[in-house]
Amino acid sequence: MTDLTAIPPLGGTQPLVEKIGDIGIVEVIDRALASIAVRAGQDAALSELMASKFEIGLPEAGQCLETKPSRIWWMGPGQWMMDGDHDSREDLAAELKAALGDVASVTEQTDGWCRFDVSGSDLSEMFARLCGLDFAALKSGAATRTLLHHQGCFVILSELGASVLGPRSSAGSLHHALVAAAKSVA
Amino acid sequence: MLIPHPLLGLRDAAEFTYLGDAALIERPEGDIENAQDVFHNYLFLRDNPAGEHRELWFHEQGDRSWLVVTRNTVTHEIIKAELARDVAIQKGRST
Repeated sequence: MTDLTAIPPLGGTQPLVEKIGDIGIVEVIDRALASIAVRAGQDAALSELMASKFEIGLPEAGQCLETKPSRIWWMGPGQWMMDGDHDSREDLAAELKAALGDVASVTEQTDGWCRFDVSGSDLSEMFARLCGLDFAALKSGAATRTLLHHQGCFVILSELGASVLGPRSSAGSLHHALVAAAKSVA
Repeated sequence: MLIPHPLLGLRDAAEFTYLGDAALIERPEGDIENAQDVFHNYLFLRDNPAGEHRELWFHEQGDRSWLVVTRNTVTHEIIKAELARDVAIQKGRST
């Protein structure tokens, strides 16, 4: 029973790696996810606990902080998503809950999302075809949720490119959207 | 149309859904004496001026926050967008 094989969101045996022109699209499966929602009046206590227990701050609206081995980004007022290495911290939500107690509500999110990392010299043309963001004006460290081919997705910018997190159950549709946009600018 | 989100800056209106007049924030208590009249007014009576409207918009495909958007229906100008939470706190309806 314990001998189960994990399947990547797109259903292959290995996560997908693609190159279209100079744009790379990589299916990322090694991240555990959990969301953190602060309880009423506990903002200061939460940021203190995150700093002391996880050495990570709470990013401002529209921002992502990256301190290895985790990324944390703003989802909405009083709400953040944190990731961690899947193999060593699969139970990230329980780890967070144990540390944060009554200061915040924590929700396991790992298998709700699929993630594609997109890299290339200029992604703004590609993302202009995908969503309504002013992508060219966004800087590394920006994180926002938007509509991408009718799917609610997070778009997170880092120095390596853009990570797109979408609903795992429509990973195929999201992948199709990314590939179509990449092909049209390649 | 672009909506100037107070936290996130200009965002495409396609990310938002519309609920109705911002007066919906001021829901009366259900156990007051003339509740029936007050609720009739609350539910059905709206001003509909050609000009400035205050409306509740939901950033559904974004950060899921509720906004109060002040907008001119004649010129289509968007004058102001505030977090509905802040508006409710100002009115003493929330903490």
